Amino acid sequence: MVERTPILNFLTHVILFLGFVFCVAPFVIVVIAASHNLKDVNDVPMSLLPGSDFWINIKTAWTTADLGPKLLNSFIMAAGVAAGKVIISALTAFSIVYFRYPGRMLIFWLVFITLMLPLEVRIVPTYAVVANVLSPYQTILDLTGLSWLIEKISGVQVSLSLGLLNSYTGLILPLIATATGTFLYRQFFLTVPDELTEAARMDGAGAVRFFIDILLPLSRNNMAALGTIMFLWAWNQYLWPLLITTDQSHATAVTELKQLIPNVGGIPEWNIAMAGTLIVMLPPLVVVVVMQRWFVRGLIATEK
Amino acid sequence: MEKRVTFSRWSIGILFAVPQLILIFTFFYWPAGQAVYWSLTLQQPWGGGNIWVGLDNFRSILSNADYWNSITASLTFAAISTGLAMLIALVIATLTDRQLAGSRLYRVVLIWPYGIAAPALAMAFRFILAPEAGFMAVVNQVWPGFWDPGLDGTDAMASIIVAFSWKYVGYNFIFFLAALQAIPRSLIEAAAMDGSGVIRRFWDIQFPLITPTIFFLLVINITESFQDSFGIVDIMTSGGPANATNLMVYKIYSDGFKGLDYSGAAAQSIILMLLIIVLTIFQFRFIERRVHYR
Repeated sequence: MVERTPILNFLTHVILFLGFVFCVAPFVIVVIAASHNLKDVNDVPMSLLPGSDFWINIKTAWTTADLGPKLLNSFIMAAGVAAGKVIISALTAFSIVYFRYPGRMLIFWLVFITLMLPLEVRIVPTYAVVANVLSPYQTILDLTGLSWLIEKISGVQVSLSLGLLNSYTGLILPLIATATGTFLYRQFFLTVPDELTEAARMDGAGAVRFFIDILLPLSRNNMAALGTIMFLWAWNQYLWPLLITTDQSHATAVTELKQLIPNVGGIPEWNIAMAGTLIVMLPPLVVVVVMQRWFVRGLIATEK
Repeated sequence: MEKRVTFSRWSIGILFAVPQLILIFTFFYWPAGQAVYWSLTLQQPWGGGNIWVGLDNFRSILSNADYWNSITASLTFAAISTGLAMLIALVIATLTDRQLAGSRLYRVVLIWPYGIAAPALAMAFRFILAPEAGFMAVVNQVWPGFWDPGLDGTDAMASIIVAFSWKYVGYNFIFFLAALQAIPRSLIEAAAMDGSGVIRRFWDIQFPLITPTIFFLLVINITESFQDSFGIVDIMTSGGPANATNLMVYKIYSDGFKGLDYSGAAAQSIILMLLIIVLTIFQFRFIERRVHYR
């Protein structure tokens, strides 16, 4: 604050408070609606005093949408994507920054381009690939005539097939195949002093040793930030799990939410729907609140 | 920027990049290529592979009124929700940057909505904006028939815009606040000494200095409005009523997976890819030169 501006200060407080209400109101309404019984939740206007059925509604939503296993699935997927990202991005960034092999810039650009096209945009062909993850390689073998050659020589017909629909691998791998984290690490590796590398080399450390014993411990902050962002991003995925988990046993919590929408003409069980929504939105919210520092840092660093 | 000290064993370096390369080849480049192939061919109804049809798929989509309707809906959605989310975020961030008492609270709370999954917040807003229960029902009691996203296309569009903007206000806020706080305090103080007021300082100092952030967020918000809107549309309106909220990604999904028209869906994907690539290139080339950097 530079000068005395009492009227403006008052206005500032009013506007900020409105923003705060705009931001928090939906959360509050979800919690209150989840605590009402069927009659109260459909009252117009709905009472803003919490009702007494909170735990009953939570329990009903939990069993109706079978949220226990679904939350576990969501957790496995989100943790898998976060871990995969943190590891694979570090490896790639190390390769791009610390080596001078020919074709390095080509790899850099190959990775960089993946930032441009989100999964949602190329969803149909990606689905086809996941249905048989070896199909690209089969096609390459067929086109180059290699499978014909192998069949001639060994008599074995080459038909590679590995379906990943309804599996954790199928859920996780396509979500890892982007470049988001690689550039975060790259920016960081570029700031690591050269003297450190020189010292390590002088002491006889090779590339792998340097990477594991020096570079990785130094990038702990980066890992926390990237892990938080990726965990939330994966937890909140909707279209991809919706497509590839045709079988209930691998569905995630977010896709199950749809089961709870009251049908037109059916019983308007909004209290149950809101209880389910609350359960699904709670884990990412907890992550945001607890990991706020890393979250904000990762958010700003991954995008810039 | 390049490293001065590097390791000399090429083989190890390449090995480090291999896992990522295999992944992006299998799940990125191959599918993207496949999309191009499908968009140029047509699958035979009784099997027997694809036949080459050239640009026919594109012609049939581009002459389809439903598709143009979907493009218009997507652009309307992108323009209004981006505008709303950025404007609200900019006002709140500028005011928070004045660092009055309590501004820390806003910094903590405003980011919460961004952590929520689009379908979950869509569910919450579906209830809040439902015509028969929740809060718009009160308005409907006063003016019967005023609000019904199930029947009125404009109401449905308004609902998904509100839900999307709610999520992205917090995201934009974080970036705006970071940009504003990077402006040296001394600049603001010097301007105040010269007698400029709060609004004058905003337009002449803060606004020009945060233009890079504004353009960055503009592109991010528009691209996110194409992809992150899927969950919101699917839960709140299912593309209806009468295709009023049938946004591009939702249409690709329903044509490809419900209508099983892979060629048509692939052609639509290609058009959307081109749109996003143009936006990204626009961001890197054009905007980077135009905006004011310190």
